[in-house]
Order: sequence, then C-alpha cells, then structure tokens
Amino acid sequence: MRFGGLLANNDVTFDIYPGEIVGLIGPNGAGKTTLFNCISGFLRPTAGTVLFKGENITGLKPHQICHRGLARTFQITQPLRDMTVLENVMVGTFCRYPLTSQARAKAIEILKMTGMWAKRHQKGSELTIPDRKRLEIARALGTEPDLLILDEAMAGLNPAEIHEAVELVKTIQAQGITLFIIEHVMEAIMPIADRIVVLDAGRLIAEGPPSEIVHNERVIEAYLGEGRHVKRKEHTS
Amino acid sequence: MPKISRKTIMIVLLYVGVVAITPLFSKAPFYRHVLIMVGMYGLLGVAWNIMGGYTGLYSFGQSAFFGIGAYTSTMMLVKGGFSPWIGMLCGGILAAIVAAGMAYPTSRLRGPYFTIASQAFARTFQILMTNWDYVEGAIGIPLPLMPDTWRFMQFKDKIPYHIIIFSLLGIAILVCYYIERSRTGYYFRAIRDSEQVASALGINTVRQRIIATMLSAFFTAIAGTFYSQYVLYIDPESVTHHALSVEIVMVAAVGGAGTIWGPVLGAAILMPISQYARAALGGAGRGIDLIIYGVIIMVIALVRPTGILGFFQRERTIEGEGGDDIGTTVTADTGADDAVRGSLGQQ
Ligand SMILES: Nc1ncnc2c1ncn2[C@@H]1O[C@H](COP(=O)(O)OP(=O)(O)OP(=O)(O)O)[C@@H](O)[C@H]1O
Ligand SMILES: [Mg+2]
Repeated sequence: MRFGGLLANNDVTFDIYPGEIVGLIGPNGAGKTTLFNCISGFLRPTAGTVLFKGENITGLKPHQICHRGLARTFQITQPLRDMTVLENVMVGTFCRYPLTSQARAKAIEILKMTGMWAKRHQKGSELTIPDRKRLEIARALGTEPDLLILDEAMAGLNPAEIHEAVELVKTIQAQGITLFIIEHVMEAIMPIADRIVVLDAGRLIAEGPPSEIVHNERVIEAYLGEGRHVKRKEHTS
Repeated sequence: MPKISRKTIMIVLLYVGVVAITPLFSKAPFYRHVLIMVGMYGLLGVAWNIMGGYTGLYSFGQSAFFGIGAYTSTMMLVKGGFSPWIGMLCGGILAAIVAAGMAYPTSRLRGPYFTIASQAFARTFQILMTNWDYVEGAIGIPLPLMPDTWRFMQFKDKIPYHIIIFSLLGIAILVCYYIERSRTGYYFRAIRDSEQVASALGINTVRQRIIATMLSAFFTAIAGTFYSQYVLYIDPESVTHHALSVEIVMVAAVGGAGTIWGPVLGAAILMPISQYARAALGGAGRGIDLIIYGVIIMVIALVRPTGILGFFQRERTIEGEGGDDIGTTVTADTGADDAVRGSLGQQ
C-alpha cells in the first residue's frame, strides 16, 4: 500500500489458519493499521491481493467483507455515540438477523459474554476507555465473524483490565473464531498468540511462534531493542 | 408483526382526538388555515426528519421534492384530467426516483458538504422549472376548478383539507414509528453517528442513504400535491423556492430532530407565528417571519441545541428495558475454512 511517496505496506505476505490467534506487532508507524485497512476493505491496496476463505476479497467494500465473515475493530474507538450499548451491538447483529427481536436476543447474548450487560443502557458517548474497547469487540462479534481482527484492543488498559481482555480473547477463540490482533502490550499478546507477524517500516521482518520472535535479531533491533519499552499510547477519543 | 401496545393505542386515539377537536374552536377560516399549515409543515418536517434527524443527511433541498409533487399532480390534472390522488402517488414516486438520482452521486458527501449539494440541487430545479415552457415557466399554473368533490380533492370548505392533511401526517408518523423499531432505523442512526463504523458492521451505507432520501422525498412530494390542491395555483416561486427548504429544516430543528413528534411540535409552534406574521404584515411578511424564525432558532440553539422536545425527553433511546430472561446459550458453529491469506505491497 502506497500513500504518495510512502510505502506503508511493502511486500507483506503471510497466512492465517482457521482457529489461530495471530499477533501483529511492530513499532509505531510500521503500517499495522494500514494493513488492517487493506484487509477489511477500508483501503484499496495499490498492489497485491487479500484472500479470505480461498476467495479474492481485494477491492471489496467494507460491508461486503463484513458479510463474508471478517470483522474488525478500530484503534481509535468509535462508539455510536447517540445509541446505547445494546443498540450499538444490535447494529452489528442486524448483519445476520434482520428482525429486531432476533437481533436484540443475539445482542443480549453477546453483551453477557463480553461483560457489557450491566452497561447496556449507557450511551456510547458515556463510556470509559476500557468499555469502549470492549464495545468495539462486542459490536464486531455481533456480525458473527469467522475472522475477527482487533486493532490495539488492549492499549491504554490497566493490568487488571488487560487480564480481562485476554480472557475475552480466549473465550472468543474457544467459539471457533480466528483472531488477528495488533498489540503493543507484549505481556498480553505473547502468551496467547500461536504466531506473531512483525512489521517494520512497512515490511514484514519476521514471522513465527512468540518464543522465536522474542529472540529474533531483526525484531530485537527494530522493535524490542528500543529498550523493550511497552508503548501505551493515549487515546483521546 | 410486533404486537400493538396499549401506549400506541393511546397515542393514536389522542392524535385523532386532537385533530378532530382543534378545528371546532373557531369557525374563522384563517384559524383553520393555520391548522392546515401546521399539518402540512408537520408532514414536511417528519419527512425531512427521515433524512436529517435519523440519517444525518441535513437536506436543504426539500423544495425540489415538494415542487415535483406539486407539478406532477397538477400537470396530470391539467393535461390528462387525472385525479390528484393518482397524481399524488405518481408525484411521490417520481420524487423518490429523482431523490435516488440525487442521493447516489452525493453519497460520498457528509455534513455541510451534503447540505450544500442538496441546496444546489434544489436551486437548479427551481431554475429549470422557471424556464420550462411546458409547465408555464414563471407564469405558473392555475388549477382548473372542479366541483366540490373528493375525487378531485377540491373543497370550498377547509375541513376536508384538514382531514386529508392530518391523515397523511398520521400515516407518515406511523411509518416513522415502524422505521425506528426496524433494522432500517438502526442503520439510519448508525450512519448518522459514523459511516465508517456502519460500513465495518456490514451496512451498505450508500444504499441506506438512498433509501432515506427516497422516503423523505416521497412524503415531501405528497405534501406538494396537497399544497397545490389547497391553494389551486402553483408557480416556481411558491412550490420550489429555497425559503421553503429552510422553513422545513427549522420546523424539524425547533421541535427536535431525530424524534418522531419533534417536527410536529415544531410546526405547531412556528406555523402560527409565521402565518400571523405574514397576515399582519401583508406582502412583506415573507421576510419578517424568517427573521422571527432566526431569532427563535438562536434562542433554542443556545438553550436547548437538541430542540424543544429535548426538554421532555432527556434520555431518549429506542431500546427500553431488554428482556433479562433471554438465555445465554452461545452456539459456536463457525469455522473459517481457509481464513486469510494476505499478500500486500510490492508497491
Ligand atoms: N491515509 C493515509 N494517508 C497517508 N499516510 C498514511 C495514511 N494512513 C497511514 N499513513 C502513514 O502510513 C504509515 C503507517 O501508518 P499506520 O497507521 O498503519 O501505522 P501503525 O503501525 O498502525 O502505527 P501505530 O502503532 O501508531 O498505530 C505512517 O507513516 C502513517 O503516517
Ligand atoms: Mg495503528
């Protein structure tokens, strides 16, 4: 993917297999979100293809990709501000259940699973950062994806909240949903990921199980070598 | 089918009661005229609300749809002798088709950019009608007088008009009730909040925007036919003028955009003011009532930006209490066959 003179993703090729949890890491500006945007249809890659369930989905619109079973969350959380938590999730469940009563029942199921049930009547605009992150996941789950891609769902959370989020990710995997997760919080992603993909300056520099990645020379140099600091970025919205 | 609640029945009865009683307070034609204008602008406001209130498409181009309704039925009556009821339906459908033609190319525009485009569209339409000889251009068309019948929607008395416009308004309100509770309503509101999120959740935002615009145009055109049958004379100045688009927005904004009854309330407040101002000030009234509007808008924007209905409905959302008794059996039946294979780049 090229933005003018900038190659935000360059020669990035990898696979994700059903049932896996794959982590995507890389320094700030490495092109992780851009890769997500290409996969989920928000950007049309200037070159290359995206295959999903054996089909070419390159250039499809985001809503078409969602209907095919690939859902995403946003790094900068975007709750539907004027709608309640329940309504937010229902917008997702309507994807598979056209009737309001069915969409509501499914949304309630998801709210209970994701621990948002108690907050179901809160407006999107009233939520705290951890709840917004959770809502992003709940809403995406509502579309009943086969593959869920999470863009920094744990950034800005405290250790207890990270623990809860990790548990939620495991629950989602247990339902047979494949996960592809961008994460800066190493303690969170390393233990749960089956494989890690590392981007640096738009290029894929390493791919493999977490145990290998932490010892990979190029990764240490590009990323962990920066003093192995865990970036916890502030999210303003 | 959703079961009809007691509350719904109460609201319907209340509506019918108020509509039936209000004209009886005075026999003065002007008073009854003001009521009819409340109904008509209520209908226009409710129609605007489908675009502006729910979907976030702040249209300043409703006058074009109104004009299509007025001209379609009038031309069908004048040239072909068709009943205005048929003309009303045809005008509504034609306006919806034109609306789709307007909504599609503007589907990438958001907020003020869409507003400007809608305005340009309506102004172009006015210029078109002013210069089109077949519809008598700027001269306008007087409607041929028909005997006092329902078939040709012409009455000497004001009461039948009153009944017709408030029936049409009632239908539009019912449609909105249905929309609010259906998937379409959720989709409209999701688009208003964020088109990006909406598309990520599988919503074809372009299609939903077109649907909202078509629905809005349909009801606006119906009001246009009603107007031409009521006034029995149309010209581009009266049925396609930009001021009309502005008035429609104000009716909805003052009463409370995004609520079912807000636009009706807005019409009930603004129409008496503007009609009496126009009557009192004669031909100069058209400007004055807009000035009065401006002042009211400023006050409301300062005191209650969400419109007057916001005073009464602070925490308004569609979803009430959810049923806590619904079980939580999570069925895990998915499984990607092949999952993702990504290969991006090589510039
Ligand atoms: N729409 C765009 N137009 C131009 N440049 C962009 C655009 N989106 C991203 N970029 C640039 O592409 C590069 C990669 O950005 P991206 O957001 O993908 O990084 P990231 O790995 O997600 O970083 P972070 O960890 O900060 O979220 C950055 O240099 C960014 O400035
Ligand atoms: Mg990012």
